Amino acid sequence: MAAAITEENVQKTVFEALPQFGVDESQITRDATFEDLDVDSLDLAELSQIIEDEYGVALKGDDVGKIKTVGDAIDLVVSRGS
Amino acid sequence: MNREVVITGMGAVTPLGVGARTLYERWLAGQSGIEDGEARASEFEPTEHLSIKEARRADRFSQFAIVAGDEALAEAGWDRGDLPYESDLIGCVIGTGIGGIGTLERGKEILMEQGEKKVPPLSVPLMMSNAASGTLSLRYGLHGNSFGTVSACAAGAHAIGMAARLIEHGDAQAVVTGGSEAAMTPLSHAAFGALDALSDSGISRPFDARRDGFVMGEGAAVLVLEDGELARERGAKILGYVRGFGASSDANHMTAPEKDGVGAAKAILRALEDAGRTPEDVIYINAHGTSTPLNDRAETRAIKKALGDHAAHVKVSSTKSAIGHLLGAAGAVETVATILALRDRMAPPTLNYGEPEEGLDLDYVPNEAKPLENGSKPALAISNAFGFGGHNVVLALEAE
Repeated sequence: MAAAITEENVQKTVFEALPQFGVDESQITRDATFEDLDVDSLDLAELSQIIEDEYGVALKGDDVGKIKTVGDAIDLVVSRGS
Repeated sequence: MNREVVITGMGAVTPLGVGARTLYERWLAGQSGIEDGEARASEFEPTEHLSIKEARRADRFSQFAIVAGDEALAEAGWDRGDLPYESDLIGCVIGTGIGGIGTLERGKEILMEQGEKKVPPLSVPLMMSNAASGTLSLRYGLHGNSFGTVSACAAGAHAIGMAARLIEHGDAQAVVTGGSEAAMTPLSHAAFGALDALSDSGISRPFDARRDGFVMGEGAAVLVLEDGELARERGAKILGYVRGFGASSDANHMTAPEKDGVGAAKAILRALEDAGRTPEDVIYINAHGTSTPLNDRAETRAIKKALGDHAAHVKVSSTKSAIGHLLGAAGAVETVATILALRDRMAPPTLNYGEPEEGLDLDYVPNEAKPLENGSKPALAISNAFGFGGHNVVLALEAE
C-alpha cells in the first residue's frame, strides 16, 4: 500500500535514503544540490527505486536532468502524486 | 626496440592478510591462510579502508582491487591526483576469473523473491568483469587504455602481460595492473564442487601424492608498471622487472590441462625468448601448483620439457599451498610473491608436502624456505598461470 504523497512524507523518505548512499547527514537540506552532496545518477536511480516502492511514483530518464537540489526531487515527486 | 618494463609499486589482499609484504613474509615463515578448507581474506575489513560510498559502489572483488591498488600506488610514490605522467598515457588492466559473482547471486535472489522492480540499479556496474579495472581508472583518474582480462585462473598474469605490452609498444607510459577475485559464494562453491575440482580433505598440498583438488581462496594484487627509462628519470625505486610474457592455448579440453604440458611448456619458452634469456637463466619457478592431480603432473612435465636438465636445479614452489587458489587473482598475487622472493633471494616453501609421487621429482622446496642463488647472473624467475579454457600464461620476472 503506497504511502500518502505529502511533502512531509517524501522529504522524510529522501532524507532517510541519502545517508544510505554515504551522504553526510548533516549536509542534507532542501537547498543542497546533489552535486554538492556527491550524489550522481546511480544514486538517483536507487533513490528513484525507493520512492517508486514507497509512493508508486517513478522518477525516470529526463527527470534526473531537471533535478538539481534535494528540494527539486521532493517537489517533483509531490507534483506527480497530486 | 621494446621499452623496458619496471615494477615500482605492489599491493595485495590475500588470505594471509592485507599487504604485499605481509603475504610474502607470512608465506616465507610457513604460515597458512587456509582455515576449515577455505582461504578467505579474513583480515580484510572494507570499512577500515573505504568510505560507505566507496564500499557500496564496489563488489568485494573490486574492493580488494582498490585496497591493493592504493598500497601499490603509495609505494610507487603516486599520490592520488598527482600522477607522474600525463593521465592519457596511464592505463589500467585488471584480470578476474568471474567478476562480481556475489552481486550477481544477490541480484538473482532479489529478482526471484521480490520481483524485477527491486533489482538494485548498481547490479550491473558492480558485477561486470571489468568493474575492478573501471573502478581503479576512475579512482586514480587514469585516462589511458583500460580493460579487464578474463581467462579464468590465468587472468591476473594475462593482465600483467598485456600491461607490459602496452608499455613496450609505447601505448602507455605506465599501467596499473593485476588481478582480483571474490568468488567464495554458494553458487561458485557448488559449481566448482560439481566439477570435482575442490579438495575433499581441505588441504592444499601441491605436488604431493595425496593432493586431491584445490582449496578456494580470494583476494587481489595490483602492481604499478612503468616505462623503465621514465621511472629512472623521475627517481622511482625499482622493485623488479617484467622481462618476458609467453602465452599459449592447449586447445585440448575446457577444464583439464593437456597431460604432457605441451602448451604450458611452449608458454614458458616463449616467455624466456621474449625476455632474451635461456632456460639455464631461471633460478626460481613460482608454479601454478594448484594441488589438483592433473595440474601438478602436467605442470611438472611442462617444466621439464621447457627447461630440460636445468629443471632439476631450479627451486619450484606453490603460493597456493599457503593461500589456496585465488583464481583470476592468482597470477597477480603470485607475481608479487615472486618479485619479493627474488629481491630477498629466498624461495618460500610448498607447504603440506610429505609424500612424493613418481615422476614428480623437482625441488618443490618442501615446507621450509630455501635460499636462491643466482651467482653472477641476474635473478630471473618465471611465474606460471594456467586457466580453464586451456589458457597458459607465463611471466619472466627479475629483481636486483
